Amino acid sequence: MSGIWFDIAHLLAGSLVLVSFMLLYQDRMFALLNVFALHAVVLALAVGWQAWIQDAPHLYVTAFIAFVFKGVIIPGALHRIVQRLGIHRSVETVGGIGLTMLFGIGLVALSIVIMLPVTAVASSIGREDLAFALSVVLLGMLMMVTRRNAVSQVVGFMSLENGLVLAATGARGMPLVVEISVGFSILIAFLVIGIFLFRIRERFDTVDLQALDMSRGEQQ
Amino acid sequence: MSPSAPPLQVWAALVIGALLLLAALAPWIARRTSATALVYGTCMALTAAQTALALYSLLAPQPAAALDLAVGLPMQHTLLGWDRLSAAFAVIINAVTAITSAYALGYGRHEPEPARVLPFYPAFLAGMNLVLLANDAFSFLVGWEFMSLASWALVVSQDRDEGNRHAGLVYLLMAFGGTLSLLMFFGLLAGVAGGYSFAQIRGASLPGLTGATVLLLALAGTGSKAGLFPLHAWLPLAHPAAPSHVSALMSAVMTKVAVYAFVRFAFDLVTPGDHGDWLGGLLIVLGAMTAVYGVLAALLEVDIKRVLAFSTIENIGMIFGALGLALAFQAKHFEAAAALALTAALLHGVNHAFMKSALFMGAGALISATGERSLERYGGLIRCMPRTAAGMLIAAAAIAALPPLNGFVSEWLLFQAVLASPTLPGWLLKLLIPAGGAAFALAAALAAALFVRLFGITFLGRARSPEARNAQETDPASSTALLVAAAACVLLGAIPALAIEPLQLVVRDIVGTRLPDPDAGPWRSLVPLSSSGSSYNGAIILAFLLTSATIAAVVLRLVASGALRRTPAWDCGSPDTNPATQYTATSFAQPLKRVFGSTLFLARERVEMAPPGETRPAIAHVEWRDLSWELGYRPLAGSIMWLATQANALQFLTIRRYLLLVFAALIILLAVVAAWH
Repeated sequence: MSGIWFDIAHLLAGSLVLVSFMLLYQDRMFALLNVFALHAVVLALAVGWQAWIQDAPHLYVTAFIAFVFKGVIIPGALHRIVQRLGIHRSVETVGGIGLTMLFGIGLVALSIVIMLPVTAVASSIGREDLAFALSVVLLGMLMMVTRRNAVSQVVGFMSLENGLVLAATGARGMPLVVEISVGFSILIAFLVIGIFLFRIRERFDTVDLQALDMSRGEQQ
Repeated sequence: MSPSAPPLQVWAALVIGALLLLAALAPWIARRTSATALVYGTCMALTAAQTALALYSLLAPQPAAALDLAVGLPMQHTLLGWDRLSAAFAVIINAVTAITSAYALGYGRHEPEPARVLPFYPAFLAGMNLVLLANDAFSFLVGWEFMSLASWALVVSQDRDEGNRHAGLVYLLMAFGGTLSLLMFFGLLAGVAGGYSFAQIRGASLPGLTGATVLLLALAGTGSKAGLFPLHAWLPLAHPAAPSHVSALMSAVMTKVAVYAFVRFAFDLVTPGDHGDWLGGLLIVLGAMTAVYGVLAALLEVDIKRVLAFSTIENIGMIFGALGLALAFQAKHFEAAAALALTAALLHGVNHAFMKSALFMGAGALISATGERSLERYGGLIRCMPRTAAGMLIAAAAIAALPPLNGFVSEWLLFQAVLASPTLPGWLLKLLIPAGGAAFALAAALAAALFVRLFGITFLGRARSPEARNAQETDPASSTALLVAAAACVLLGAIPALAIEPLQLVVRDIVGTRLPDPDAGPWRSLVPLSSSGSSYNGAIILAFLLTSATIAAVVLRLVASGALRRTPAWDCGSPDTNPATQYTATSFAQPLKRVFGSTLFLARERVEMAPPGETRPAIAHVEWRDLSWELGYRPLAGSIMWLATQANALQFLTIRRYLLLVFAALIILLAVVAAWH
C-alpha cells in the first residue's frame, strides 16, 4: 500500500484533528453540535477508508455505527435537549479561545513526539493514525476541562471517544467487538448524562456545573 | 522435597507450626487457671527442643539442604533451613527463650489479664524462629512481620496506660518503616528477574549506587529493629511497656534477630566488596554514637525497665560497631582481624542475650514484689529478696564487663580488634577506629557506673518506700530461671570457648578464617591474634579470684584479733536514720547530668517556688528530651502532618478541577515519556 491510498488515510485522520480544533473554537451551542456531527462524519469516512484499504469488511460496520449514532442520532438528541433546556445562547469558555487553541497545538505536537518514536516498529500508516488519534483524545479532554457547560462537556467526552475509535481501527486486526462495546458504552454514557442533565436542571434550574459547586457551599 | 531431605529442618519447621498452633489455641484455653502454666510450659519445651535441633545443625559436619515447601507466593517456593549462621543464632535465641518461658511460668501468674498475653507469646516466638529458618525473602519478611506485630500486641497488652498506647503507636510506625526498607532491599536485590530465594540473591553483583542503596536499606531495616541510633526512638518506649518476660525477650532476643538479619544481609547476601570500607566506617560511627547515647540516657533514667532498655541500646551499639570493624577489615583483606571483630560481635550478642534476659527477669521480680518501677522507691531489697539480688548482681557485673564474667570476654575481644586497626591502610579508618574505640571505652566505663547505680540503689541501703520494706522474695520458678541465666553468664565467662568455638564455625564460613586455635597455646587461653601477645583465660582468673578470696577470708578469720572493743557503730556517713537522706539514683547520676545533660539531652531545670504565704513546698522540675526526637522525628512528623493538611484541600475541588488534575497528570506523564526517549 503506498502513494495515494496512504495519503487519503492521512488526510482523513488529519481532518479529524482539524475538526477537533473547530470544536474547541465554537462558542455557540448549536454550532458546537453541528461541528460535532461533522466530527463523527469525518470519523466515519476515515474508518470507511481504513476498511477499504485494509480489506476488512467489519470496519464498514464500525463506520456505519459512527455515522448513524454519532453523526445523526446523538447530535439530533442533543439539539432537542438544548432546545428543551433553553440554553441555546452561548457557550462559556474558561480562559481565552486563543490560549486554548495554542495549548491544543502543543498537545498535538506532544502526541506526535511521543507516538513516532514509540511505534517505530509499526507500519507507517499505523504510526500516523495513532499520533492523530492521540491528538484527538487529548483535544477532547482539553475541551472537557475548558468548558463549563454540561452539554459541551458531553460533546468533549464523545469527541474523545471518536479518537479512541480512530486508534482502534488504525491498528490491523482489531476485532469488531471492541468497537461495538466502546460505541455502546458511549451510548449509555450519553443516556446517563442526558438524564443526569435533566435531574440537575430540575434541582438547580441550570446546567452550569458551577451551580453544583455552590450547592456544596463553596466559593468559586 | 528431595528424598535425602534431612529430617532436621522438617522438625524445626514443625516446632514453628506447633508454636503457631499453640497461639491459635491459646484464646480458647486462656480463661482456665492452668492456661498460663500450659502455654508457657509448652513454649519452654518447644524452644528447648528447637535449641537442641539448632545445636545439632550447627555442629553437623555439613549444613543440611533447605526444606522446599510448595506453598507461598505464586511461582515461588518456601525454603526453610538453617545454615551455620542461622543455626548459631537459633541456639541462642531458643535457649534464652526457654529460660524466659520458665521464668514466665512463675511471673505469668501475676498477669492481670492473661488472655491478652498468652496468644501472642507463642506467635512472637514462632515469628522469630521463622525469620531464622527462612531461606527466601518472602518467608523471611512474613516471619519478620509476624515478629513485629506479635510483639506490638504484647506491648499494648496493658493498654489502659496512656504511655503504653503511645509506645505501641511509635513501635508500630517504626516497625512498618523497617519492614518497608527490607521490602525495598529485597526488591532491589532480586531485580527485575525476581529470584527471591537466598541462593539466587547471593550471586547478584550490585555495582556503585545500587549497592550502596541496598546496604543502606538493609542497615535501616535491621537497625530500626535493633535500636541503632537514630532509629532507636521506639525501643525505650516499647520494651518497658510489655510484661517483663516479654521485655526480656524483646531486649535480649529480638534485637539479636535484627543483628542476625544484618549479618545475613551485609556479610552473606550482598558481598560488600568495595562498599565494605565506607559501610564499616559508618557502622563504627553509628555504633559509637549508639553506645554512648544509650548508656548516658540509661544513667539519667530512674524507671528500672527503661534503664535496662537504654542499656540494650548501648550494647547494640557495641555489636554494630564490632560488625563495622569486621566489614572494614574484610574490605582491606585483613581476614584474621575481621574474624576477631566478627567473633567479638557475635559473642557479645550471645552474652548480651543472657545478661539482659537475666536483668529483665530480675526487674520483673522486683516490680511484682514491690509494685514499683522507679529505682527511687527501692532500696535494701537484698535482705528480703536474696536470690533475686544474687542473680541480678552476677548479671549486672557481667554486663558491666567485669572479669571473669562473660561480658568482659566479648568487650575485650572488641577492644583487641580496635587495637589491630593501626595495621589498616587508609587514613580515614586509621583515625576513625581509635576514635570509635575511645567512645566504646567511655560507654563501657559508664556502663559500669550504670550498673553500680542500678544494683546499689535497688538492693543496698535502706528501703526507700513501704513497698520495698515489705517486699517478698519472688516465686521459685522465676528465681530459678534468673539464676540459670546468671549461671550461664558465669559459665560463658569462665570457659568462653564454650561459645567461641561453635561461633568459629560461623566465622569461618563468613570471612574464611578463624581465631587462633586455643589448643596451640598453654592453658587453652583465648588468643585474639597470633601476632599480638595478649591472651585471656577466664577459668584461671575465676580460680584466682576464688582461691585468693578464700585465703583472704580464712586468714582474716584466723589472724584477726578476737578481742572485744566498744565503739560507736559506724553510721555509713548518714547519721540521720531517715531513708530519704540516702544517696539516690538521681543524685548518683547528677555529675554526669551536669556534664552531658544540657547539651546532649536538652535538659532544663525549673524550680517552682510557692508564693509567700503558702505552705506548699518548692518543686524542682527536670525535663530532658531526646535529641534525635527533637531533630529527627518531630520535624518529620510535622512535615507529614503539614503535607496531609495540604492534601486535604484536594477533597474539596470542583468537578472541573478534578478533570483538570487528571488531564494535567496525563500530560505530565506523556511529557515524561517523550523526554525519556
